Amino acid sequence: MNNQICKAKIEVKNLTIHFGKVRALHDLSLDVRANEILSVIGPANSGKTSFLRSLNRLNDFEPHIRISGSVRLDGLDIRTDIEAEDLRKRVGMIFALPIPLPRSIYDNITYGPRLAGLRDRAALDRIVEDSLKAAFLWDEVKDRLRSSAQKLSGGQQQRLCIARTLALRPEVILFDEPCSGLDPISTAKVEESMLELRKDQTIVLVTNNTKQAARVGTRTAFFLMGELVEIDATEKIFTAPRDPRTNDYIVGRFG
Amino acid sequence: MTNEGARQRIGFGLLLAATLLVVLPVLAIIVLIVTKGWSALSLEFLFTMPRDGMRAGGIFPAILGTFVLVLASISFALPIGVMAAVYLSEYAKDNLLTRIINLAIINLAGVSSVVFGLFGLSLFVVFLRFGVSILSGALTLGIMTLPVIITTTREALRAVPKSYREVSFSLGASRWQTIRHSVLPFATPGILTGAILSIGRVAGETAPILFTVAAFYLPKLPHSLGDQVMALPYHLYIATTQIPGVPENYRYGTALVLVGLVLIMNIAATRIRSRFRRKR
Repeated sequence: MNNQICKAKIEVKNLTIHFGKVRALHDLSLDVRANEILSVIGPANSGKTSFLRSLNRLNDFEPHIRISGSVRLDGLDIRTDIEAEDLRKRVGMIFALPIPLPRSIYDNITYGPRLAGLRDRAALDRIVEDSLKAAFLWDEVKDRLRSSAQKLSGGQQQRLCIARTLALRPEVILFDEPCSGLDPISTAKVEESMLELRKDQTIVLVTNNTKQAARVGTRTAFFLMGELVEIDATEKIFTAPRDPRTNDYIVGRFG
Repeated sequence: MTNEGARQRIGFGLLLAATLLVVLPVLAIIVLIVTKGWSALSLEFLFTMPRDGMRAGGIFPAILGTFVLVLASISFALPIGVMAAVYLSEYAKDNLLTRIINLAIINLAGVSSVVFGLFGLSLFVVFLRFGVSILSGALTLGIMTLPVIITTTREALRAVPKSYREVSFSLGASRWQTIRHSVLPFATPGILTGAILSIGRVAGETAPILFTVAAFYLPKLPHSLGDQVMALPYHLYIATTQIPGVPENYRYGTALVLVGLVLIMNIAATRIRSRFRRKR
């Protein structure tokens, strides 16, 4: 891996997050490189999801939240240099459970582009087809784009959510334990699409499944109690981690 | 074991008795009104003007009056109540002002209806010079139903999963776009439930319309919002206490029509609601 020549897509510096009196993240600094899949692993309450949601400012809606430190996207501070709405169009997110809106498949996918002001029918049609193809769902749903998205199976729903996020052509996609509710076959399909997306997008994957991190991650970061223990190339983390706590977690001694 | 079973039977028996006790009065009222009032129902009763000092003829003006008041007050209170509820649950921060507003809404719900009547008289009829009119009456009734609409709308908004909002935000939608496209559409059935509850309240109230719109007797039908109207609950009160010699079935017939009208409007609103539900 030529990780050295890849430039940083996202730079996180000294990020600290408090929810009320609870500290979720402490003095976190790391880079997410362009076109990599950065896996973030760690036990519950290690700050993985808080970290992920701070990258698209979805934490902003939590009451009593305090954030310090900075996150930069292509060198721009996401709190001061970019509007939150524009940031979220560039940094998409896939949630742990698939959440199709109670609308048709077509309307789910065009939700983002339409609200962004795109009205052209042909352009929307093309976005729907391209996004569904990129999420490996097109062949399964192309004949029923007008039927309810909630009638799809769990695995299809999650791929629909990926397609919906892709419809905005984001530069970065955040995956928040995207396969926690899926069976192994659906999981494999989601992972397949992640590896495919990596060609054009940068991916941050939070996962509870260390095997998944090992399968798809370019690099892997290990979080523990709100702190970054270590970050390195995935094969390094899984074969020769520097910190004994990383090893303990990976072999299943805690977490 | 048998002891436990017996206790369980006693427990469920008590619960069942309490439930029946709730149903009983409703049933009794309906049976009473229907048996005593059914004979008064006729096309003449429903669609003509009263005659002989309201001892005979029809009650059409009162039916029309109540219908108009319901429609006018709901079309005033629903948009305002929904907008207030959206603001309170989606935008307002949890601070002193919001808490005071919440307290005010709860208290508004507790104000007795005759006080609303006096309030409507002094504000709309006298101060704003709307006079004793449909406008004054509908506004008074509307204010009375605002707490119901606001409360049910907030419940409906709260019932929309937080995850829908997060999905919408994550797709670059603004707060307003999220409310408009991912919250309100899914809260509409619940909001309409509030409207349905208000219909019955508005149609049945006497005190708020007493000083603001209701007329003892009108020889002509209203043709603008500035006119007075007769209304079913007030007409029922008059026919029962103010005019000697009104036949019994005429009085119970009026009550039956009032109950029936509320029922019909509720069914209509429920139909609209289920259409919204099916849309998904």
